[in-house]
Amino acid sequence: MPDSLPPVIRVSSLSKRFGAHAVVREVSFELAAGHTLVLLGPSGCGKTTLLKMLNRLIEPDAGTVEINDQDVRHQRPEALRRGMGYVIQQVGLLPHYTVAENVAVVPRLLGQAPAAIAERTTALLARLHLPPARYAGQYPHQLSGGQQQRVGLARALAADPPIVLLDEPFGALDPITRASIRREFRELEELRRKTVVLVTHDVTEAFELADQILLLDAGQVQQLGTPRELLFRPANDFVRRFFAAERLALQLRTLTLGDVFPDNTRQASGASFTTSTTVNEALEALTTGDQAAASFTMAQLMAAFGDALQREEDAWKR
Amino acid sequence: METLSALFVFWREQAGKLGEQTLQHIGLTAGSLLLGVLLGVPLGLLLSRRPRWAPAVLGLAGVLQTVPSIALLGFLIPLLGIGPKPAIFALFLYSLLPIIRNTLAGIQGVPPAVVEAARGLGLTDAQVLRQVELPLALPVLMAGIRTATVINVGVATLAAYVAAGGLGEFIFGGIALNNPVMILAGALPAAGLALAFDALLGGVQRLSTRRLGQVGTALLVVLPLLGALYLLPRATGKLLAGFSPEFVGRADGLPSLTKTYGLRRLPSVVLAPALVYEAARHADVDVIDGYSTDGRIRAYDLRVLRDDRRVFPPYYAVPVVRPALLLQHPELAPVLARLNGLISDSAMTNLNYRADYLHQDPKAIAEAYLRRRGLWRAPRAAAPGAPVVRLGSKIFAEQYILIEMYAALIRGYTDLAVQTKTGLGGTTICFEALRTGAIDLYPEYTGTGLLVLLQPTPAVVDSLGGQPAAVLGYVRREFRRRYQLEWLAPLGFNNTYALLMRQRQARQLGIASVSDLGHFLRQ
Repeated sequence: MPDSLPPVIRVSSLSKRFGAHAVVREVSFELAAGHTLVLLGPSGCGKTTLLKMLNRLIEPDAGTVEINDQDVRHQRPEALRRGMGYVIQQVGLLPHYTVAENVAVVPRLLGQAPAAIAERTTALLARLHLPPARYAGQYPHQLSGGQQQRVGLARALAADPPIVLLDEPFGALDPITRASIRREFRELEELRRKTVVLVTHDVTEAFELADQILLLDAGQVQQLGTPRELLFRPANDFVRRFFAAERLALQLRTLTLGDVFPDNTRQASGASFTTSTTVNEALEALTTGDQAAASFTMAQLMAAFGDALQREEDAWKR
Repeated sequence: METLSALFVFWREQAGKLGEQTLQHIGLTAGSLLLGVLLGVPLGLLLSRRPRWAPAVLGLAGVLQTVPSIALLGFLIPLLGIGPKPAIFALFLYSLLPIIRNTLAGIQGVPPAVVEAARGLGLTDAQVLRQVELPLALPVLMAGIRTATVINVGVATLAAYVAAGGLGEFIFGGIALNNPVMILAGALPAAGLALAFDALLGGVQRLSTRRLGQVGTALLVVLPLLGALYLLPRATGKLLAGFSPEFVGRADGLPSLTKTYGLRRLPSVVLAPALVYEAARHADVDVIDGYSTDGRIRAYDLRVLRDDRRVFPPYYAVPVVRPALLLQHPELAPVLARLNGLISDSAMTNLNYRADYLHQDPKAIAEAYLRRRGLWRAPRAAAPGAPVVRLGSKIFAEQYILIEMYAALIRGYTDLAVQTKTGLGGTTICFEALRTGAIDLYPEYTGTGLLVLLQPTPAVVDSLGGQPAAVLGYVRREFRRRYQLEWLAPLGFNNTYALLMRQRQARQLGIASVSDLGHFLRQ
């Protein structure tokens, strides 16, 4: 995606205090259309507050938020929010509305035609693996946690907003559901075109979904960059320590076959692999017995992976 | 079984009244509930936005709730008069706490995540309130309304004390008359109403949130309609009467009065005995029942309508003594006899007026009266060890005054010592005290002796025909025979039931007797 487009979201020197406690301090970033920014950091680092200042659920003490070059303070908060999808960890489905009615909330607020809303709702539910015939008329309490979160996502996407804000959307789910929903989420065509800001404290999730990661601690930006930059070019000790525990897993997910086999594109592009296949994915394929498809062995892959890490390390030192 | 059949007889006889009272009861409940909802729900919503005020407001509503209902009505009467106004206002105050509290609890019980999500999706504050918070708070809110309804159906029985009608009229009449059938006649329908409302609203509460919204709206339409039941046209007439519950219920009260004098077209309200005089004074009502020697007759310038057909039984005040006292102290008889026939109705009214209204000391009133009648003698120095005469009285001013008169006379005319035991409670306590020798004398009324203590068959009562001399002769005979107690001579006044009107109005209309009143109403 070209980075030369004007940013959709521009945040400048945003600050917020609650009482004596500075929750967000002088945070600035820009986000281009179609990109996904992950706000990452430990609990209480201010990432949720930062997210809520984007749609004015919280008003900043200082700094500005511009959406499409317009200061959000010059727009009615309701109008602003109707143009941004919003998903929270607790989902917050309206318990007295059916699934279909929950999905239809924003289109109805925008005064769209009932027929169009119904069509859109059906399509979205189908795409999110909630067969409308079965689920449209159910109430939230009849659904599992994962199903509820899918409805929440459908609700956020119903009016096709160009921007979607997600606050720990998978936080309340069990690990298995979590992984499967995250995969669906990543593959959801609806979301690919959208500018997404996602809050999480889960490093793996951040690496899986982010174009850019904004790592926060105590309300201050520690580093803003691509996952690869944060992993291989940590700006300070905090960044390094933050990823230390999962370093190897992250490296496996970040480096691609193109990275580990830089000189040998033929080797990299096996029958089922491309240069953008991650080492992790290649390993999974190899261990599940897909040996024949690969033009390299596991030992070759691991050796090349080690070399690649060394190259990254050297580059960083220089 | 007997009670049950008596109950059905009562209901059949009073069917019109029962229906009217039930409608009034529903009207009072619904009207006050409507006010409670109209103020309580917005207040609860406001508190949910300003939680810091909640303890103060809920505390105040809680304090209101703890004020005994009778006391609350008492406070409201000087402000709102009598009738439906104080009743509905009191019920409204009682309904506030559950409604405010449950509205607040309902809103606070809405999951914060749902509200946040709704706001995040772009619902305005008003939309969040209307489409999210109120619908979700509605089950709890309805529970509050249900509580308030049941409370109000119960408390509305007290409306009968302030002339606001309702099923309390039978209940308080029954209590005043110690008539369980009459109490049940009002209490059972009231309990039935409470159960019916409770079941109805309980059913409503179990509806889905969506249906609940529709029902809630319907309720706001239905409540004023039910409240309007109270305003159904009732019988009207030239004059309005206000009667105490006991008077309405007892056979020798309103029923026999109506029969004997043909008091048709005299619509009446029921209210607390303590309030009837006030109601007449402030022209809330025109005709009241009362006692013929009550001090307020003078204080409020009321006229006692002459009972020219002797419907009310005679209640002549007579000292009742233990005969042994007179045998041991023969000098006492002439001293006690000095009050015989001395005190007229109006004289006793005056004395009561001084006590009840001017708050003078009964002893001072008694002395002043004796001086005026030339009977006063300074007390003799009591000899040590002198025999003691013990005088008893019931707890109201008239008896205190009489006792002090006897005490002053005995001290002034004999060498005997006197001990007064005032405030012996009601009739039975005084009577038992006398019978067991705890006291030697107390003033009793012929009618009370007849109807409360002797309780003869109706045939005997009828045979006496309300003749003062015949009644006195009967009680004297029977007391000698049964209890060996002696009724002396009457003091002169007759403290019986009376119909009272404002002096001015009675004069204008030319009404001096109950017959005049009946005649005026029939014109």
